[in-house]
Amino acid sequence: MPDIQPYLILSATLFVIGAAGVVARRNAIIVFMSIELMLNSVNLSLVAFSAQLGDVTGQILVFFVMTVAAAEAAIGLAIVIALFRRKQTLNLDEINILKW
Amino acid sequence: MSLNIADFVSSSPLMAVTATALLLILVEASRKGRPGLSFTLSMAGLFAASVFAVVNYSDEQIVFFGMLRQGWYANFLNLVFLSAAMLTVLVSKPYLERQGAHRGEYYILILFATIGMMFMAGANDLIVVFLGIELMSLCLYVLAGFFRTKDTSNESALKYFLLGAFATGFLLYGITLIYGTAGTTNLEAISKNLPTLSSQWMFMVGVGLLLTAFAFKVAAVPFHMWAPDVYEGAPTTVTAFMSTGAKAAAFATFVLLFHQVFQFTGSKVNDLIAYIAAASMVLGNVIAIAQANIKRMLAYSSIAHAGYMLSGIAAGNSEGQTGILFYLVAYTLMNVGAFGIVGLMEKVDDQNLQLDDYTGLSQQRPFLAALMAIFMFSLAGVPPFAGFFGKYYVFLSAVKADMTWLAVVGVMTSLVSAYYYLRIVVLMYFRDGKGDVAAQPAIPALVAVTSSAILLLQFGIFPSFIVNAVQKLF
Repeated sequence: MPDIQPYLILSATLFVIGAAGVVARRNAIIVFMSIELMLNSVNLSLVAFSAQLGDVTGQILVFFVMTVAAAEAAIGLAIVIALFRRKQTLNLDEINILKW
Repeated sequence: MSLNIADFVSSSPLMAVTATALLLILVEASRKGRPGLSFTLSMAGLFAASVFAVVNYSDEQIVFFGMLRQGWYANFLNLVFLSAAMLTVLVSKPYLERQGAHRGEYYILILFATIGMMFMAGANDLIVVFLGIELMSLCLYVLAGFFRTKDTSNESALKYFLLGAFATGFLLYGITLIYGTAGTTNLEAISKNLPTLSSQWMFMVGVGLLLTAFAFKVAAVPFHMWAPDVYEGAPTTVTAFMSTGAKAAAFATFVLLFHQVFQFTGSKVNDLIAYIAAASMVLGNVIAIAQANIKRMLAYSSIAHAGYMLSGIAAGNSEGQTGILFYLVAYTLMNVGAFGIVGLMEKVDDQNLQLDDYTGLSQQRPFLAALMAIFMFSLAGVPPFAGFFGKYYVFLSAVKADMTWLAVVGVMTSLVSAYYYLRIVVLMYFRDGKGDVAAQPAIPALVAVTSSAILLLQFGIFPSFIVNAVQKLF
């Protein structure tokens, strides 16, 4: 059984970096990249667990995550383009018509 | 292992909607610019699926190699999602025509989102939970931005997308940690090993991350920030669908996971859910008072309703499950109805969406004003409408679980909510004004809002009809 602890720590670190990026950065594309980092850090954990358990389910889930991330990227970038055409900005602080 | 026909038969509601959605893609590809046919076909498909759901309302069985669990529970919720979808489709056609955005892909997206919801209610594996949530959410992101030349719609789609994808990260990390400790993603297997698993900190972190993700999906405090913006900016009929179908689906999985798999009754997890519920009820109801835009007001009210339903989950007993499932039916009917009328009132360019625009509606449109009054009374929880019994059952379950303080918070905040719901009734009936609809109300939309009102009254007077159907489950 391989020792997976280093992989889990790396994965948790990447996840936290991604989450911090979502909270701290103001550019929509960079926020989206941070989200992708979160998803891929989870993939690392999944593969590590899968190797430790000797079970293939984790790796199958990784394929699903990659597929979903691709679909998400397509939709997310389409939304960003539709917004950029009208506002000429991707700064989340300037995208603020809706507020109370 | 091989596929067998019985699996397809017992998941026939799912199959019917999937087949309709795929057929609609072909129809749209071959007959560009004829969305009327897509409307008819999607209604037919949703209706057929509802018939299948009633026929299959039977014992639970595990199908497709342990991936799906089909039976009472899934089909009860399938009926909720399918009614939400049908009512939405009915109110959408005239609304989209008036807004100049009646395109066939709208119905395809609604159908695929419905399929995602049905996966969530029928899941027996965390992979299916993940795929169902994503299928539903991805469709809803697009639907929120469906008016692609409107700034508010774009902004709502972007905010929903970024925060939704962020929550997906938490959901996935939660699933991963649970998989890593339990060695499986199968819900039954996890449920069996729960006593040993719940002593492992990594498993509990996973459960906490899942709780975060679902609190986000049902728009509970403190993960509610997206809901008012998204609900206000999205097309009104899409908001109707998001606030009912999507919320019902998130609660379906919430109940499935936190009632049937992770049974932590009386533990700190349930206390935590109770605090989230109380915070949602207080914050949603108090901020709703200050809103001038009716869609925003209903968004804050939906945060409060998430709080009411969460108290049923916090209670963790069978009354709580009955209460939530009853509440979901009532909530779906009254919210689709209320947003349906908002959609009928709305003029092009976001006009007629302020509360003041409802002044004197009863003189111009007595029938619509009466329906709106029914929805408002039901949302406020006034008998004899179904909203009252929904609240009654969830608060009863909280009392039975020794969480009387939660029921007290619920009743007090319901009193607060009566202020802003009934203000609309006062404006419509006791003030003179020129409140009027955007156009002559179209038949499909009228059929949808009228039937929601009739069903609300029926389930309010005879709640046992639903309660019996639900109690067969447990």
